[in-house]
Amino acid sequence: MTTASIKVAESPLVLYALRRADDALILGHRVSEWCGHAPMLEEDMALANIGLDLIGQARELYTYAAKVENAGNDEDKFAYLRDVRQYRNLLLVEQPNGDFARTIARQFFYSAFADPYWRAMMKSADATLAAIAAKSEKESAYHLRHTSEWMIRLGDGTDESHRRAQVAIDDLWSFSGELFHVDASDVELIVGGVAVDPEALRAGWMDTVSSVLAQATLTLPANNWMQKGGRTGHHSEHLGHLLSELQSMQRTFPNATW
Amino acid sequence: MVNSAASIHDLRQTAWNAAAQVVDPEIPVLTIADLGVLRDVTVTDEGVEVAITPTYSGCPAMNMIALEIELALAREGIRNSKVRTVLSPAWTTDWMTEHGRQKLKDYGIAPPQAGSGRRALFGEQQVACPQCGSIDTEVLSEFGSTSCKALWRCRSCREPFDYFKCH
Repeated sequence: MTTASIKVAESPLVLYALRRADDALILGHRVSEWCGHAPMLEEDMALANIGLDLIGQARELYTYAAKVENAGNDEDKFAYLRDVRQYRNLLLVEQPNGDFARTIARQFFYSAFADPYWRAMMKSADATLAAIAAKSEKESAYHLRHTSEWMIRLGDGTDESHRRAQVAIDDLWSFSGELFHVDASDVELIVGGVAVDPEALRAGWMDTVSSVLAQATLTLPANNWMQKGGRTGHHSEHLGHLLSELQSMQRTFPNATW
Repeated sequence: MVNSAASIHDLRQTAWNAAAQVVDPEIPVLTIADLGVLRDVTVTDEGVEVAITPTYSGCPAMNMIALEIELALAREGIRNSKVRTVLSPAWTTDWMTEHGRQKLKDYGIAPPQAGSGRRALFGEQQVACPQCGSIDTEVLSEFGSTSCKALWRCRSCREPFDYFKCH
């Protein structure tokens, strides 16, 4: 037996919150897949902590989206009862963990954006988003610092760690452009001071990435062709597999609680 | 029944005192009042509402703290209680009481430095060893056994210790 997916009325504000919530949930889930498998105990705890922060941010954003939508949905329904095409996360965050270097590179690209993004969102005209931003900003700063140190340690480490870190950067680079995605739905929120124009964060993001990669003796790919689609529900094949695991309990035993 | 102002005041005080005794399940020497997690208690027509604020977005202790508050109030005969999570203003370690900091230190966890900020968050201040008091300490891992702690080591007495992250 399966449970039908919920319907979501995606007003600009609901969609905006859902997109950020989906980023945090999917990346948090990916990072949590390392629990018990990380290269060392300290890193196992670090990744689990990062995952916990992200899933916490997702819960707050989903809860707010549900409140704004006011249609009987809640954080659990958004997470467990939407199908792949209803998810609005970045393609970057759904990419598989791969090796440790790839997990760190994915988190680094994301956190280098999330840190200044949440800091800017603390001035949002929307009081709830500003409050969520005030918590997320400190967490993101911590994640950025941790992943920056690892990028440098891996890139400027052994031949093998350097090679793996460079492969990770090369493979994930084309998913970084979507961080700056804006569409018609966002524009009125940006004009109203509710949302931040990501274009204003591009130069800062590039500075952070270039400076860390330079210290890591890694190079940015010259290719600037960027993948997109996640924000409108066009995902890579990986998200469906992730959701089949994340949602299996609610899909198998609808409304199960414990 | 219309409550008088005095009885509302008493009810609020009883509820506050009960809620203030609830401890953080992950750091059981600290009450939520010591932590600054207990934000407000209000008496409404429906009952008593307790406002708490999370230390970290994903802090898994919040659900348990909310449940413990409802139980603590029920033990005082307050049945209609509700726990609300407030996000703004965001919690910082500055909200932890002096008494709370001392209890944390006695428990073996280095308390956060007063005056939170980005530098403090990254431990760029001197952190004294809670065992021997030496400031010759180093960070082992920026992530510790819970969201709110980092793992440090004392170079003097060689003991590893938890540091309550400052933010």
